[in-house]
Amino acid sequence: MSAQTPVMSIRGLEKTFPIGGMLSRGRVRALGGVDLDIAPGEIVALVGESGSGKSTLARCLARLEQPSGGSLLFEGRDILRQEPRRASRSYRSAVQMIFQDPFGSLNPVHRVGHFLERPLRLHDAVSGRAELENAKRRLMEKVDLPAELLDRYPHELSGGQRQRIAIARALAVNPRLILADEPTSMLDVSVRIGVLNLMRTLCEQQGISMLYITHDLASARYLADRIVVMFAGEFVEGGEAMTLLAHPQHPYTRLLISAVPDPRRRGAFDPRERAQLRREVLKPVSCPFEGRSDTPCSRDAAVFHTVSESPEHWVRCGLYAPPSDAPGTALELPDTIEGATPA
Amino acid sequence: MSLAQDPRAMAEIELGAAPGEAPRPTPRPRGRDGLVRGLLGNGKAVAGLVILAVFAAVALLAPVIAPGDPNLIQGLGAQPPSPEHLLGTTAKGQDVLALNIWGARSSLFVGFTVGILATLVGLLVGLASAYLGKTVDNLLSLVTNVFLLLPGLPLLVILAAFLPQGLGTVIVVLVITGWAGSARVLRSQALSIRGKDFVAAAQVSGESSLRIMFREMLPNMASIVMSTLLACVIFGIGAQAGLEFLGLGDISTISWGTNLYWASNDGALLTGSWWVFLPPGVCIALVAFALALVNYGVDETTNPRLRKPRRRVSPTAPTPVAGVDIADETKEERR
Amino acid sequence: MSAPLLEVEDLSVEYVTDTRTVRAVDRVSFTVGEGEVFGLAGESGCGKSTIANAILRLLRDPAVIAGGSIRFRGTDVLAFDHERLREFRWRQVAMVFQSAMNSLNPVMTIGDQIADIYTTHDRISKKEALRRSGDLLDLVGIPHDRLRSYPHQLSGGMRQRVVIAMATALRPPLLIMDEPTTALDVVVQQEIMAQIKDLQRELGFAVLFITHDMSLMVELSDRMAVMYAGRFVETARAQAVFEEPSHPYTRALMNAFPPMSGPRTRLRGLGEGVRFRDIPDLVSVGPGHWAAPIADDVPSSEASR
Repeated sequence: MSAQTPVMSIRGLEKTFPIGGMLSRGRVRALGGVDLDIAPGEIVALVGESGSGKSTLARCLARLEQPSGGSLLFEGRDILRQEPRRASRSYRSAVQMIFQDPFGSLNPVHRVGHFLERPLRLHDAVSGRAELENAKRRLMEKVDLPAELLDRYPHELSGGQRQRIAIARALAVNPRLILADEPTSMLDVSVRIGVLNLMRTLCEQQGISMLYITHDLASARYLADRIVVMFAGEFVEGGEAMTLLAHPQHPYTRLLISAVPDPRRRGAFDPRERAQLRREVLKPVSCPFEGRSDTPCSRDAAVFHTVSESPEHWVRCGLYAPPSDAPGTALELPDTIEGATPA
Repeated sequence: MSLAQDPRAMAEIELGAAPGEAPRPTPRPRGRDGLVRGLLGNGKAVAGLVILAVFAAVALLAPVIAPGDPNLIQGLGAQPPSPEHLLGTTAKGQDVLALNIWGARSSLFVGFTVGILATLVGLLVGLASAYLGKTVDNLLSLVTNVFLLLPGLPLLVILAAFLPQGLGTVIVVLVITGWAGSARVLRSQALSIRGKDFVAAAQVSGESSLRIMFREMLPNMASIVMSTLLACVIFGIGAQAGLEFLGLGDISTISWGTNLYWASNDGALLTGSWWVFLPPGVCIALVAFALALVNYGVDETTNPRLRKPRRRVSPTAPTPVAGVDIADETKEERR
Repeated sequence: MSAPLLEVEDLSVEYVTDTRTVRAVDRVSFTVGEGEVFGLAGESGCGKSTIANAILRLLRDPAVIAGGSIRFRGTDVLAFDHERLREFRWRQVAMVFQSAMNSLNPVMTIGDQIADIYTTHDRISKKEALRRSGDLLDLVGIPHDRLRSYPHQLSGGMRQRVVIAMATALRPPLLIMDEPTTALDVVVQQEIMAQIKDLQRELGFAVLFITHDMSLMVELSDRMAVMYAGRFVETARAQAVFEEPSHPYTRALMNAFPPMSGPRTRLRGLGEGVRFRDIPDLVSVGPGHWAAPIADDVPSSEASR
């Protein structure tokens, strides 16, 4: 990898949510301290199940949530220090987001043209009516939609078309980084590939980085250069996409891979193997890197080992278990498997 | 949601069209256009609007229909309805019909003003609560709850007693006691819209808070704002009448409420002069009824599930089969 | 070859409103054998849920069964009177609805809800019903003490297992499952699927399995059909549909799953504007494999991006 400044650099980012009303207070740790670098033009997939904290991470990066700790460096600038309260206009024009629900992310009372016009106007991308119309048309072309749709309302469009509008809206400001939060999970199966292909093409053509958040490992493998696996608010494994999936190290990664429905796979599902993987994730007793890694194992601190065959591939120390106040740790241990404790 | 549960959903799903049908559904009118057109097609709403229009016309044309000062004594006191005085005369001898025609002005004016202002205050509080963060929300909710808990009538009485007499006072007093209810309703609707992705998307685009509140959230609340407005107007008219009946309003103005006040004061109830106190009461009731009808119409137009189904099929009947008589099916139900 | 358990022939379902009539299901025919798993695949709006609900006569106004027949073990379901329909539902055919785990009664314990089934249909005592409910939970691997829990105290996966157990309570020969795993995480999804397979092997019921998740369907089904806009476009043994899809729509669906192994190649999905109209009746394209022939106006290489 080149020595360019990463587009986005996160160190120790945390987010804790208070729960309960004024009388009863509890805390939920959605994000433990996480570190991540995203290089210019790179597509990184963040994979995890619900409760893993991946959406929280995206919302922190989109400045929709205020992190409870840690730092965020955008193109080298310490954002949380420079603009602690509200995101600046320049940040907003550089970091954009695509949401999961194509039905919910477009305001039903506005026409399609409105969604493209607002960002163009807000960021002074165009001057004058003629330029505005041209810019809108060009955006529609970029996402392979006919310009007539500009006059329609969102409810007249299909899910795939709405998601393309959302992509066009994100592109309108010429962003450097796009955060895509499960952009295809609510789309019909037959249009998902089209949207993924579109995103890949646009990123390649315009050098935009993307953080692609998903629970679907197969699409992560298809789209991303790098994959990061997340569980209970922490990163557990990360590395180049194909290598990581071919040689997964962390038990949670192996659990996820085994759960991907694959009609090409002939082997049967083995509940004992699954239960074993879960035990390793929630109640670890040993770390495969013990004695083999430069970084010593630790039960308490978050330690990452690098896989010697591919130094870009890192894994969290097997001895570290997520704290109990992190959500998503309620992986059910099946009760009929001997030795397993009930959930 | 499957088609089985929401027939409206099918209008939005592009099925391969049956032969001969147009491939793309014609765009439905949205927003205000859709609401108005829908209302005009709804029987209840039309009835309500007609009644309101009649009252409004009467109020506006008062100088034409009942010229002169209605306060002037025009005949003998306490006369029952007769050809010269269609609704009779008050104890003092004023024409009841003229009094009520002119009374419409003040009542409707105050009623609608209170309604609009209370809704406006409630809307601002609701939007601010929903959008501007937890601290603002907690503060505003506290204030709203306090105003909701304070007993309305005693508060009304106290405020009215201390402030100088006049229509302005009445309006102010009623708005102060009336805004909290609408604030609560509008806040909860605004909160549910706040949670939608399109609001987050607007934030990420860089829209300002004011623009998000008024150009993104508010248009989605149109129907509930309308309902709240109608409810507040009903409150305004009724509460004004109540205040004035107690003598706390502006006694020098002519309104349905003051007509009732004078009716009670001058002993119309005791003497059984029903023609004096019945008309203002009926007017208030009719206007409130008309507003409620329009409210139902708005509800039905915006929520198609409330519309009456065309066929009288019980909701628990099994799916009808073409060719099988539905009447037989429903008869089974009643066993 | 034994007589089919469920025989649907030329079924059509319409939604009749003031403004227009929509054909949600258009002349669909298929059979499900005893103990067989039949998958019904298709995307949103294709009519698969409508078929499922039609079998149990659950569709509400303005739906009408406009034509065709549904036979269960030879008897005509559409001719049932109210009493026979009550007998039929749950005892002969049971259904696991979409997001069923969210429609458990939040104010009743799990035990009470399951016991309800027994006290209503078998007319036994509450005590006996609770005992049987415990046995039922055993079948799906949930400990007995959960009988006293409320739905919100169970995780999503557990609730779904309860719902599936409830569907099998009266040992119906046919179970209809409408998207049983859609709202669940991937790992839990696999567990539920395994549970269903186990139950099916043990109790021997047939399953009409409805989903848009093609890979799940191919893993679980014996035979399957692909639906588009109310019509079938292809039907065959599941592996055959997966390995040799004939209709372009089926191909697009099967293609939509990026592989977990092998080289990364660019896949083609279904283009944005592609629609199939006037789908003709199925013709045989192989042993036990039927597909709709392509009409002339559909481009043979579908638009792709």
